[in-house]
Amino acid sequence: MDITIESLVFLIFGALTLGAGVLVVTSRNLFHSGLYLMMSLFGVAGLFVLLAAPLLAGFQVVVYIGAIAILIIVAIMLTPGLTQIKTLFNEQWMVNLAAAVIVFLVLVSVITPLMDDVGVDNWNADFTEDHPKAVAADSMTTLGEQLVDPDYFMLPFEVASVLLMAAMIGAVLLVNPGQAEDESVVPPEGEEV
Amino acid sequence: MPSDFAPISALLILSVAVSLIIVFISRLLGPFHPTTRKLSPYESGMQPFGEAIRRIPVKFYRIAVLFILFDVEVIFFLPWAVVFRDFKLYGLAVMGVFFFVLMIGFVYEWKVGGLEWD
Amino acid sequence: MFGPGESSVIVECSAQTTCAVIHAILTSLILFFVLLTGFAYTTVLERRFLAFLQARIGPNRAGPYGLLQPVADGIKLIFKEDLTPARAKKVVFWMAPVIKVVPALLVMAVVPFGPDITVPWFDGKWYHMAQGLADVNVGVLWILGITSIGIYGIALAGWSSNNKYAMLGGLRASAQMISYELSMSLAIIVPVMLAGSLSMGEIIEAQNETPILGWFVFQNPMAAIIMGLALLAEVNRAPFDMPEAEQELTAGYHSEYSGMKFAMFYLAEYIGMIAMGGIAAALYFGGYHFIWVDKAPLLGPLVFGFKVFVLLVVMVWVRGTLPRIRYDRLMAFGWKVMIPLGLVAVVWSAFGVILQEEMSTAGYVALVVAVWVVFLVASDYWLRRVGRREEPKMVHERIEVVSLSGGRGASAIRTLDKVIGAPLARSGGSRGEKQDQEPEE
Repeated sequence: MDITIESLVFLIFGALTLGAGVLVVTSRNLFHSGLYLMMSLFGVAGLFVLLAAPLLAGFQVVVYIGAIAILIIVAIMLTPGLTQIKTLFNEQWMVNLAAAVIVFLVLVSVITPLMDDVGVDNWNADFTEDHPKAVAADSMTTLGEQLVDPDYFMLPFEVASVLLMAAMIGAVLLVNPGQAEDESVVPPEGEEV
Repeated sequence: MPSDFAPISALLILSVAVSLIIVFISRLLGPFHPTTRKLSPYESGMQPFGEAIRRIPVKFYRIAVLFILFDVEVIFFLPWAVVFRDFKLYGLAVMGVFFFVLMIGFVYEWKVGGLEWD
Repeated sequence: MFGPGESSVIVECSAQTTCAVIHAILTSLILFFVLLTGFAYTTVLERRFLAFLQARIGPNRAGPYGLLQPVADGIKLIFKEDLTPARAKKVVFWMAPVIKVVPALLVMAVVPFGPDITVPWFDGKWYHMAQGLADVNVGVLWILGITSIGIYGIALAGWSSNNKYAMLGGLRASAQMISYELSMSLAIIVPVMLAGSLSMGEIIEAQNETPILGWFVFQNPMAAIIMGLALLAEVNRAPFDMPEAEQELTAGYHSEYSGMKFAMFYLAEYIGMIAMGGIAAALYFGGYHFIWVDKAPLLGPLVFGFKVFVLLVVMVWVRGTLPRIRYDRLMAFGWKVMIPLGLVAVVWSAFGVILQEEMSTAGYVALVVAVWVVFLVASDYWLRRVGRREEPKMVHERIEVVSLSGGRGASAIRTLDKVIGAPLARSGGSRGEKQDQEPEE
């Protein structure tokens, strides 16, 4: 396999994704885990760009790095007493390992036929260039048209709004403003933030 | 195309390199005589006490959750915003339903007091 | 007189690897140094103009008119002692300024600074290239994503300093930035809807269909105002400079930073100002477009730079004029005013675009007028309601002009005062009842 610029960039982003991913689960400081998670997600965004899917990369950065990783970090900062974890393995790690392996196998079994479908028959194939089907599928216009089109994703689109509404109501119920007087919510010194 | 982003990577490498140099330049060129007083956290001249990193109020968590939800909403707006011109009133109606359902959530949020800071 | 002749060969720069590489390196170097120089002179602009607004002189010793002041500041900061607090989280503490500065430098990468140009090269060919780094077709998403990465710099600086002021400042700043990022994204959607594209270049070109009057600020002024306010909050500028509320939080998230690490937060703030000015200029004020730019493409960057300069002056002016708002009011303003108004602006543009195509021009104009009337009446009602509920004593019967005595300016202000005061006077019934009951906080 000869080294081109694409494969070099792929190696960099792949190493970033995997290395940061390993550090997420091995770091003993939860806050650092959160930061490694952000780096790992960033690597995935870079891989999306390399796969000629800049739209997906943009969504990845805006939603995952810009919002979800922030939420995780805020959640960790809510519980500084638990930030330093002492044991990396709990009693359920066997079950978790089994679940991870099963999910991996499911992903492989889903992705492999898709790769046959777009005509990619081995792992060394060039994903980035001269692949009209893959590139055309990532156009914002196509996505917009299919979101509005009843033959494609109009129903999921509307259902997504119901999901978001439910999440919004759930967020209020989860963090009820009425509980603010409770001892468990106010910080010990009760200072203004 | 990925090659569109190649010029940006040039700027990225340049900015990261220069910022790393700037971060370390003061340590290299400036004086460095640390004392206990200099290295203790600044608390307006008082004796520092306790940990600085402590539990934060849960309202920050609520803001972060709401931010995700609205961020996803904005993401749904974007592809629609590019093409809605071609769909005329039908496009408006589709987004109208989406928008209306979300507004139910937002108004509920507001009424219950989820947007109050204190 | 200057341009490719009949016989000259024109090469598309992006199609040729060597040219593309040279173009990328040169453009990124130029952009980088323009931003750094812009940072240096924005600080001078701010200090001189703020001094002018406050009837002071401002820095005028280093160099002619104080023009070498940034050099003096830089040299001073380089030779300062660079301390790391004993209990700080070292790696994060050192990396936080980098994470804050790099996104600020990268935001402008997707904005084109002028129309495409054709330049000669030593090999006798002419090369057709863009004035700008990379006009990617997801430019708007790039801006949203890179802005959200900047939040990490502040949050990490606050967390890693292990200082109570820094922690609170970082938390406040990140909560403020994510709240106002929502209204910023809503205001960014409006140009996307009007132009039908996510590429910054196409958004700028779409504003040139009618010169100057085609700018999106004239098509949806409400979204432009929301954009401006959200950008101010996003770069933590006055009146939203809550993280740097020095009376409450010392210096906020960068309390423990010294030397060039401190300077980097400064750098990020001012480059952020320039970048936000550039984005606002590109999205709402026609980017590089003005008269003559179509004929002389090299004027593009000058026009663009001038627009950014005007926006920077406005930002400094706002800082010199408005007091900082309280933090709970800031968050309430972000969630209860900016986001609903942003949604209204999106709906406005959606109906505007569709109805413009379906209706006649006269009908469309009538509709716009009707919408404006409804909007003004509704906001008047709403403002009065909010004013009554929260602070009855703040509702004045009319605004008193005390410091102006005579001349045309004063009488003009008095007239304006009567016009503005008219709706307030009607709702001022509760004034005086609770005036003395609430003690000063």
